[in-house]
Amino acid sequence: MSGPNTNFDPKQVASLDVDAVEAMVADARAAFAAADDLDALKAARLAHAGDRSPLALANREIGALPPAAKADVGKRVGQARAAVKSALEEREVVLTQERDARVLESEAVDITLPVGRAAVGGRHPLTTLMERMADVFISMGYDIAEGPEAEAEWANFDALNVPPDHPARTMQDTFYVESADSGVVLRTQTSPIQIRAMLERPLPIYVVAPGRVYRTDELDATHTPVFHQIEGLAVDEGLTMGDLKGTLDHLARQMFGEGIVTRLRPSYFPFTEPSAEVDLECFVCRGASVGDASRACRTCGSEGWIEWGGCGMVNPRVLAAVGIDTDVYRGFAFGMGIERTLMFRNSVTDMRDMVEGDVRFTTAFGVDA
Amino acid sequence: MRIPLSWIREVADVPADQSGRDVAERLISAGLEVETVDTVGAGLTGPIVVGHVREIEELTEFKKPIRWCQVDIGAGEPSGIICGAQNFTEGDLVVVAPPGTTLPGDFTITARETYGHVSNGMICSERELGLGDDHAGIIVLPEGTAEAGADASQILGAGDDVLDIAITPDRGYALSLRGIGREVAIAYGVDFHDPVDRAETLPGPADDRAPAACASDDLEACPLFTLRTITGIDPHTPTPQWMRNRLRDCGMRSVSLAVDITNYVMLELGQPLHAFDLDALQGTVRAGRAQPGESLETIDHVERTLSVDDLTIRDDRGPIGLAGTMGGATTEIADDTENIALEAAYFGAEVVARMGRRHRLTSEASRRFERGIDRALAPVASARASELLVDLAGGTYQGMTAVEAPMEERVIRISGDLPSQVAGMDIPVHDVIATLEAIGCSVTVDGSELSVAPPSWRPDLTDPADLVEEVVRLVGYAKLPSTLPTAPAGHGLTHAQRLRRRIGMVLAARGLVEVLTYPFTSDADADALRWPDDDERRVSPRLANPLSDEQPKLRAAILPTLLVAAQRNVSRGFDDAAIFEMGAVFRGPAGSQHAPRPGVDQRPSDEEWQQLQDLLPDQPTHLGAVFTGNRVAKTWADDAEAFTWADALSVAQDVCQVLGVEYVVERGDDPSFHPGRCAQVMVDGEPVAIAGELHPAVTEAWGLPPRSCALELDISRAIESSPEVRPAPDFSSHPIAKEDIALVVAGDVSARDVAASIERGAGELLESLSLFDVYEGDQVPDGHKSVAFALRFRAPDRTLSAEELAGIRESIVQSTSADVGARLR
Repeated sequence: MSGPNTNFDPKQVASLDVDAVEAMVADARAAFAAADDLDALKAARLAHAGDRSPLALANREIGALPPAAKADVGKRVGQARAAVKSALEEREVVLTQERDARVLESEAVDITLPVGRAAVGGRHPLTTLMERMADVFISMGYDIAEGPEAEAEWANFDALNVPPDHPARTMQDTFYVESADSGVVLRTQTSPIQIRAMLERPLPIYVVAPGRVYRTDELDATHTPVFHQIEGLAVDEGLTMGDLKGTLDHLARQMFGEGIVTRLRPSYFPFTEPSAEVDLECFVCRGASVGDASRACRTCGSEGWIEWGGCGMVNPRVLAAVGIDTDVYRGFAFGMGIERTLMFRNSVTDMRDMVEGDVRFTTAFGVDA
Repeated sequence: MRIPLSWIREVADVPADQSGRDVAERLISAGLEVETVDTVGAGLTGPIVVGHVREIEELTEFKKPIRWCQVDIGAGEPSGIICGAQNFTEGDLVVVAPPGTTLPGDFTITARETYGHVSNGMICSERELGLGDDHAGIIVLPEGTAEAGADASQILGAGDDVLDIAITPDRGYALSLRGIGREVAIAYGVDFHDPVDRAETLPGPADDRAPAACASDDLEACPLFTLRTITGIDPHTPTPQWMRNRLRDCGMRSVSLAVDITNYVMLELGQPLHAFDLDALQGTVRAGRAQPGESLETIDHVERTLSVDDLTIRDDRGPIGLAGTMGGATTEIADDTENIALEAAYFGAEVVARMGRRHRLTSEASRRFERGIDRALAPVASARASELLVDLAGGTYQGMTAVEAPMEERVIRISGDLPSQVAGMDIPVHDVIATLEAIGCSVTVDGSELSVAPPSWRPDLTDPADLVEEVVRLVGYAKLPSTLPTAPAGHGLTHAQRLRRRIGMVLAARGLVEVLTYPFTSDADADALRWPDDDERRVSPRLANPLSDEQPKLRAAILPTLLVAAQRNVSRGFDDAAIFEMGAVFRGPAGSQHAPRPGVDQRPSDEEWQQLQDLLPDQPTHLGAVFTGNRVAKTWADDAEAFTWADALSVAQDVCQVLGVEYVVERGDDPSFHPGRCAQVMVDGEPVAIAGELHPAVTEAWGLPPRSCALELDISRAIESSPEVRPAPDFSSHPIAKEDIALVVAGDVSARDVAASIERGAGELLESLSLFDVYEGDQVPDGHKSVAFALRFRAPDRTLSAEELAGIRESIVQSTSADVGARLR
């Protein structure tokens, strides 16, 4: 670098001429705009904004100017260099974005290719349906009660007002644990859990008891010897059949939706008196199939109603067998088949699908029924 | 119980416009479960007429006997009709469907040539006309029923609606026209004409022969026994068609007039009757228990060995019938029986039920006795039957002998507003009284209390609650309000209930699929699982009446039944599957010959309740899982990944983590598993799970792919160790220090032992360690391996210095050298 030339007339320094500086800026802008990738821009930067670029060289000449001219020229050249730098940065941003976009584009895959993944599992719909039904009662303040599947015959029958020679014992074909007079059966219903609840819990009692039960039926499309029920029991002062009906109506709405119609129909169970069957109006045909062969309904068998479960007011004899004062307390109880509920609610046509353990059945339901 | 509407109309004034289906609706609302309503002869259109068979020509040139009949159908010249049946003769009245008539099944009769003749119609059987099931031969009407050409459909009762009603065990009275008719009358609010009232027109005895004598040796089981004697009936008189129609519609077969009359009266009134051949009896007919060593041939020709608990009907020679169940063959009325002793009695429900079970025998009679019949009905019903034997069969009534214990009077006291209170709606007391009276009770009002004497035909009415049901069902369950009781604040799920749900969700998220299997298994399964003879899992309850003799035992583990489901999936083409089941298993003995049977009129004592619990086997909840084939299938990008022992083990570890329990993995030695690839997961020093690769013999026995894996985990036991409240962790935010260390150890040293030694040497600044490499090969001596661990250190209060870390490393080298003979690689 040369030292200051004090004898020099600045006006004679051609490179610091106003037009010349503006031309340098224009050249730089044009070069940056012409650069179509970052490599080209790098070359343009060296040419127009580098140490040896015309503006840099011009800048060096400022030092040789007389002090009076320095400020004016310095300001002008400084502005020119700033303009070039700004143009460079703008272009760099644009070209960087373009490059990044190209890279991402080049990395594209066929997103529809099947991906390797561990198979999704599932929970059995009978399990999740039982949970769902139980949760309806949990929300009403009930607790979930449990009991053993191999149960004392006394709890499964005697305490439920089914004496040894009562025909009701032949209504339900019972698996007896060897020998037949061992006093132990596979519970034929979830009702013995009522007995346990009443013997073991303080009054008032509001419980539901989902569980597995056994009867000696052969497996076919609508029967299985091992199946599930949910039992409900309330024992309190002043309970009524209206309370029973309201509770079942509520459950039916939660399981089948608003607008479901229920019907209580007198029936017989030794452990309830009065007793009833609870029917649902067929939610497929709404009863239109009855007596009209052209509108036959598979869901209800053209009966118009679907038998859902049994219920009634707890027979005072049952309360007596567990030592509850029948002058003060009344109870209601009900029991529904979970398999039947699943059949109607989720359109399962063959009960065998529920018991064979085929992974396709469970997997179709995911983790909810 | 099947019952035709026309018969109901004889006792209840049902409005004329009501169909069988309308009546069914009313009965269903009242609690009688009408299962079907069928129309007799449904599908029959066009006339059917009475034909008089004039001539029969046997055609013998065909493979089977064929008849060419000339039948007068009231149309001048007889019609020539071909018929294959043989049960009729010239002069008989038959039923003819002439050309143009359509039979059920859309079969239209035409005049057509067959067997060399033009057949002008068809001679019909019951089944061909859709009247009943009888297809043994064509219908032969009793002589004199009608003229040739008369409308046969009316004579045969076509067009009648028949209701089939499932009778619940408490409503024995409804196994009769009398009981159903009363319910229909109440349902419609119309008059009921009790058929009992017209049964008392029997003339006095003829006095030309002493009636057969009777007795009861067991007045508790048989408090009422009557025997009426009728002589001189014409055994060849056919049963009138109207009675045959009724029997047919009720699902019974016509046998002979005397038998048909006993059945008819049973259907009408509900009292089973039995007719003996009077001349086959010897001495007094009595009800009494069987004697040791006796046997009896019943009328179904089965020789039955009797128990001393059996209540028999006997004469001087021994047993002649099972009381209320079935008569004996030697005293059965025969084709030529003219003299009859007619038994009508009351037998206790329990004794009949027990006898039916013991002999595996039920009959129309026993079905009624088991449910309880009208205690007062026997003499009335036998009078009705005697009257029919006199009127229809030409018999002479000779009188009755009877023995009867005094009847107990039942009176139930209830508060008049009890039905309202139980129903939750207002039922005025006068309605309560009217309803109870309608079902036959007599009611006395005593202030706000009612004294109710139930009728003799309602033995089921014993308690106030029974009366409440009668009132509320007849007021109508449809009128019940729908209200919700307010339960006290609840507790939500229990700890165990909540955790079981969590486990199910985590397993599903891990890709396992829940299945539910029958818990039935066998000793053969235990053998196939290679359980030793003294394995506690071999002791599980056995069923007295298993579904299959091949699977008589309850499972003591989930695996034996879950393996079956795994195999089913494989056989259906789903080789790659991970399935699980959570459910009860049954361990230990169950039951006792001396099982306590506490009474049911008061709460059992704590001791009695405990004794009942002690009868039961242990029933913990177990988790089982089986893994077959690949965890991840082969894709375009990656190879398949097979399930390994590690998947089974990691699921067991996941469950422990879900439960928040500390666990230790040890080498397991369950014989169902690969001896070198079986882990045992310990919680609180007890084994809770077995996991690993199944033994090749097990996979082969269940037809599973080689190297299938499994686990069995005692959920109940693991949950016991699960904390109800989990404390928050306390962790340091000071920087981590990482160190890798590779150690050479003998090949049989377990990774777990090396890790334990590192932990001992590292002290409490060690935050975690993970094994990242196991190497055996040229770089290490023979019979040795290199195990490399990544270690992470952190102090709660400071940044660890290089000097501290070097010290810890040295400590690890010393501990592992001392514990497992390791040296730094």
